[in-house]
Amino acid sequence: MHMKSLEEVKEAIVEDFSVYEEWLDKYEYLIELGRNLSEYPEEKKTDDRLIQGCQSRVWLDSEVKEGRIWFTADSDAIITKGIISLLISVYSGRTAAEIAGDDFGFITEIGLKDNLSPTRANGLASMIDRIRTIAEENL
Amino acid sequence: MKVDEIRQLFPALSQEVYGKKLVYFDNAATSQRLAAVIEYQDRLAFGPNANIHRAVHKLAIDATREYEETRDAVRDFINAPSREEIIFTSGTTHSINLAANCFGDAFINPGDEVIVSESEHHSNIVPWQIMCNRRGAVLRVLPVDDEGHIRLDILEGMLSERSKILAITQISNVLGLKNPINEIVRICHAKGCKVLVDGAQGVVHGGIDVQRTGCDFYAFSGHKIYSATGVGVLFGKKELLEKMPPYMGGGEMIDHVRFSGTTYAPLPEKFEAGTQNLLAVPTLKPALGFASMVNTDAEVKKQQREIIDYLLDKLGSASDVRLFGVPRGTEEKIPLFSFCVDGVHHEDLALILDKMGIALRSGQMCAEPLMDRFGVTGMLRASIAPYNTMEEAEYFIKCLDRAKKMLRG
Ligand SMILES: Cc1ncc(COP(=O)(O)O)c(C=O)c1O
Repeated sequence: MHMKSLEEVKEAIVEDFSVYEEWLDKYEYLIELGRNLSEYPEEKKTDDRLIQGCQSRVWLDSEVKEGRIWFTADSDAIITKGIISLLISVYSGRTAAEIAGDDFGFITEIGLKDNLSPTRANGLASMIDRIRTIAEENL
Repeated sequence: MKVDEIRQLFPALSQEVYGKKLVYFDNAATSQRLAAVIEYQDRLAFGPNANIHRAVHKLAIDATREYEETRDAVRDFINAPSREEIIFTSGTTHSINLAANCFGDAFINPGDEVIVSESEHHSNIVPWQIMCNRRGAVLRVLPVDDEGHIRLDILEGMLSERSKILAITQISNVLGLKNPINEIVRICHAKGCKVLVDGAQGVVHGGIDVQRTGCDFYAFSGHKIYSATGVGVLFGKKELLEKMPPYMGGGEMIDHVRFSGTTYAPLPEKFEAGTQNLLAVPTLKPALGFASMVNTDAEVKKQQREIIDYLLDKLGSASDVRLFGVPRGTEEKIPLFSFCVDGVHHEDLALILDKMGIALRSGQMCAEPLMDRFGVTGMLRASIAPYNTMEEAEYFIKCLDRAKKMLRG
């Protein structure tokens, strides 16, 4: 199975985002992503999978298979769910080294950081931190 | 006064956000400032910028006069018996911490009880918890009913000779209902229990007469009532304040300092340690002047009432909206509406409405126990000031519907 490289996926997302001029449209896009996120099992909504620092609740689970890390996630807020879905679409199925070595700069490029309030931006930072930590633990 | 004229007095209202007209509905968190407040603060910085109560030079004399005139203005505004009972603080939180800490030291013994209501802001819970832990006292909770009304019916039964003080908000920052403070004070005093009233919201919506109410302490912040940030007030009855030890030491709160022991300044300086916020405090003068005006202006009252009725109707009648703080009569409600929308997260709504130019509060609103009481992780809140218009309220309802559709798909 051919998998796009990390760079290719990030470039595609930056391009997707650039077609929306209005932030409301970008939210529509994130909402859509959130809706399409595959189902996350109820029993995995545990406190140790909960990401601290978000106004809404976000759970992130990971599994290592054949040297690659696979993420699943959920949130009770749909925009947050869209954001975590976006992160997963980039980082799920990558090796620990790929993830740990990435600068997560595309988040800034699509303007996500600037367009979220500090509480929400903190949530975003916490999501990124968690993904990075999981990768580092699997190096 | 017409709302258009009022808007002219608040320069921040004319700004745009994301290229849209700002609709500022987060007034319960911080209100916008009067132009008179901004100019006043500037004038003080350019002119009598000097430490108060300390030097004999002209600038210090003028600065001290500005500061002490403000104390008189506050005394007038809340109808306190004397100016010694008005202590300047940095805000409600500081006022309540001061009161809880020093009242505790003076009057609370192990086994005593302190009561707070279930609808309190964290600022009127945590200081009491800290003090109770230190003094070995017990914190008890006066619940609210499903509509958000204080359970006045069980208050009397909760009181005993161990009950030393009850701390309650005049108006909850979540529920927006006027609590029956006079009645609460009467019931408590009959059992010898003192009462602190958190006036952070109440002072803005109708104000207070501390003598008529009879409360022992009253706390409020300037930044919610059109002044500069960093200034607040604690009113306390003289006979209590005199028996309470100081909160912080240093500055002009002393009488004599000797290594063998220090004696303290009389009220109110005893509780005003260190250099005071001499640029912010005087801005309470124009701010309270404006607040008195809008509280008595018939046209403003009518206009606010219309907005309350409109939003109560729109939010109250929507089958997918759960409104918290449902009034028994409309007079009981201030223009503050906290609600949840079925199947839609409050944070999603707040994010989308923000992009439509509407500033709302979302989340726990510093009242986690109340969120737990209603079984929600957070709410959305629209809080309205006299400079908000009916058009803004209508725009808000329209945008709320649009956002719901967007989120539900
Ligand atoms: C009812 C109530 N009490 C206390 C506070 C705390 O006020 P401040 O943050 O100005 O100290 C607030 C403000 O959010 C409030 O609404």
